[in-house]
Amino acid sequence: MPYCAGVDVGSTQTKAVVIDERQAIVGRALIDTGANVVAAAEGAFAAALEDAGLLEEAIDLVVGTGYGRYRVTFGNFQITEISCHARGAVHVFPGTRTVVDMGGQDTKAIRVGPTGDVLDFCMNDKCAAGTGRFLGAASAALEIPIDELGPTALRSERPVPITTTCTVFAESEVLSWMARGKKIEDILLGVHQSIVSRAIGLMRRVGIEREVTFTGGVTRNVGMVKALNDALGFPANVSPESHFIGAIGAALFAMDRIRERRAASEPAEGAR
Amino acid sequence: MSDDSLIGRGVADGGRLFRDWFAALERAAAEGRPSAYVFVMGSLAELLRAFDINLVFPEINSLQTAVRRVAHEYLNEAEDYGYSPDICGYVKADVAVQLRKGAHPMGRIPPPSLAVLTNACNTYIKWGEIWERMYGDVPVFTLDVPGTRTAGGETWPGDPDFARDRDYVLRQIEELIGICERVSGRRFDIDRLREALGHANAMGASFKQVLDLNRSRPAPFNAVTDGTIYLGVANGFRGTPEGAAYFRDLVEELQHKIDHGLGTLRDEKYRLVFVGVPCYPIFRRFNEMFVEWGGAFVSSTYLWFASGGANLAWTYDLARPLESLAEGVLVSVRHAMDAMFFQDRMVAGMLAPYAIDGVVYHPIKSCRTVSTGLADGRRALTDETNIPSLFIESDMMDRRVVSEAQLKNRIDAFFEGLATKRAR
Repeated sequence: MPYCAGVDVGSTQTKAVVIDERQAIVGRALIDTGANVVAAAEGAFAAALEDAGLLEEAIDLVVGTGYGRYRVTFGNFQITEISCHARGAVHVFPGTRTVVDMGGQDTKAIRVGPTGDVLDFCMNDKCAAGTGRFLGAASAALEIPIDELGPTALRSERPVPITTTCTVFAESEVLSWMARGKKIEDILLGVHQSIVSRAIGLMRRVGIEREVTFTGGVTRNVGMVKALNDALGFPANVSPESHFIGAIGAALFAMDRIRERRAASEPAEGAR
Repeated sequence: MSDDSLIGRGVADGGRLFRDWFAALERAAAEGRPSAYVFVMGSLAELLRAFDINLVFPEINSLQTAVRRVAHEYLNEAEDYGYSPDICGYVKADVAVQLRKGAHPMGRIPPPSLAVLTNACNTYIKWGEIWERMYGDVPVFTLDVPGTRTAGGETWPGDPDFARDRDYVLRQIEELIGICERVSGRRFDIDRLREALGHANAMGASFKQVLDLNRSRPAPFNAVTDGTIYLGVANGFRGTPEGAAYFRDLVEELQHKIDHGLGTLRDEKYRLVFVGVPCYPIFRRFNEMFVEWGGAFVSSTYLWFASGGANLAWTYDLARPLESLAEGVLVSVRHAMDAMFFQDRMVAGMLAPYAIDGVVYHPIKSCRTVSTGLADGRRALTDETNIPSLFIESDMMDRRVVSEAQLKNRIDAFFEGLATKRAR
């Protein structure tokens, strides 16, 4: 049985997924990217193989995606995370027409067709406002672990407006609200709402069409999911797979290639 | 001349003409001969040449600092002087050139004896005010060219509105003639103007032919990289025999390439239109990111507006030079403005003749004039034609806001989408 892998090397975390011929996920891994991108890609791939109980030789094709996709040196080819998130989102949630991917350093909005084609996309430019990095700044300023940001924000009743768009200056704004005696949960919900408003702006540029699927590492933050749903006025699709959507999309593209080659009855050139 | 020697001649000759031009400016600076600071949209080169006034294009000087990878030195100097990072990069690089007393990577730029502006770009007018403050007694002449009142509502000869607009431009040109006489110390000679207009006619006809030849598949030249060289010659040598000869030769070269099936790419997979101003800080690399996918820029709005509307190939009537100059300036500068502000219409008109697969919008941070309308222009074009398009932002000068990794990611995704569409 052919197996394929997708390795999504993001700015903050690297995700790897192994799928079988039926497109079922048989292994996955998530590690911090760190300074050595090649090592992160190799490490995540090895961990996903171990999770699947497979040896490297069992994998027919590997596709690299994410900013570090060209550093997936063992990959057979590379595809942008824009295409991979679109493909992965439609695979996990077939009704998806808009994808919002929130990662460590960028946020992207993608309008997709029924088969996962990218119809249009828009990303934050030059600046990490409205991305996971903004949460990191708040976490540092308030000395609250990242994982507790969302649950804390959900306790808020009176969110404060965070108007700074610069991630660095946002830290100063958070501290100034603290100095004025505002509750941490109110400040945090303000931070979440600020990020969501930037994401909604990107989504409006491509056109918001239901269903909306939320992908990327920030989907693990329950406060962000709620803030996004509130801003949209309807619930976005989120699942435990959301963090791995880019890697899933990459693995699906790899499996497509295997099927195309099989259909063309050609030997799998460059296959592992 | 053997056939092979034709290929690449336009690029080589363009480089030589450019060096000659800057050498002439260096001599003008050394000898203190009169120089006019002019702009690509409405340079009035034909008139200025009739007075033997040297032409200095500050926009071209500025972009050359970026192509030669020293723009940051000039931008920083202007910012240290007090200009904001948000101000037009062309303006700031020029301010630094002036602060350095004309020192420029291509040679010494003479100070202005006269500045001729048009209203085609609102920054031109603020830029002229800087020179007024710097140089005091330098005449700064702003030619107010009536623009298109409504999209698609241009007036043409025979229309009373056109006649009124033409007369309005003519009166201003007559005023400028008096200033040129004073600055140059020469009397206006209408035959010298007629001669320059004749050369401009010849160049304009060939320039248009060059643009049209790129409808061939494969396209014989790259509208962004090669096109920018052609633009430099079109602006710097307008109204000269050298300019007319250059484009006549270029037509010959491109026709030869077409006859032999030679394209700018060996494997042209996607034919693209470029909308906006190039990314000069990574000029070659920017293009490579498209070429890697088989993408060829076959047309651009830049070749239209930054040539001052020369793509229209307006033919001057040499029997009535001044009136005809006014008409040509009115029509061409108005068209240059339209190519920026109503760019959706221009691009829509390119799609079928050039067999376009996709449109690349490149808004730039430091030029609001050309970039502001691109988002809704793109939306209008998409609604009308559903042509795939890419919207990527960087800058024409400032490498601090050029992120190659971000650009590449978006470009790759754009081509992945085009490939998927084609596979269906």
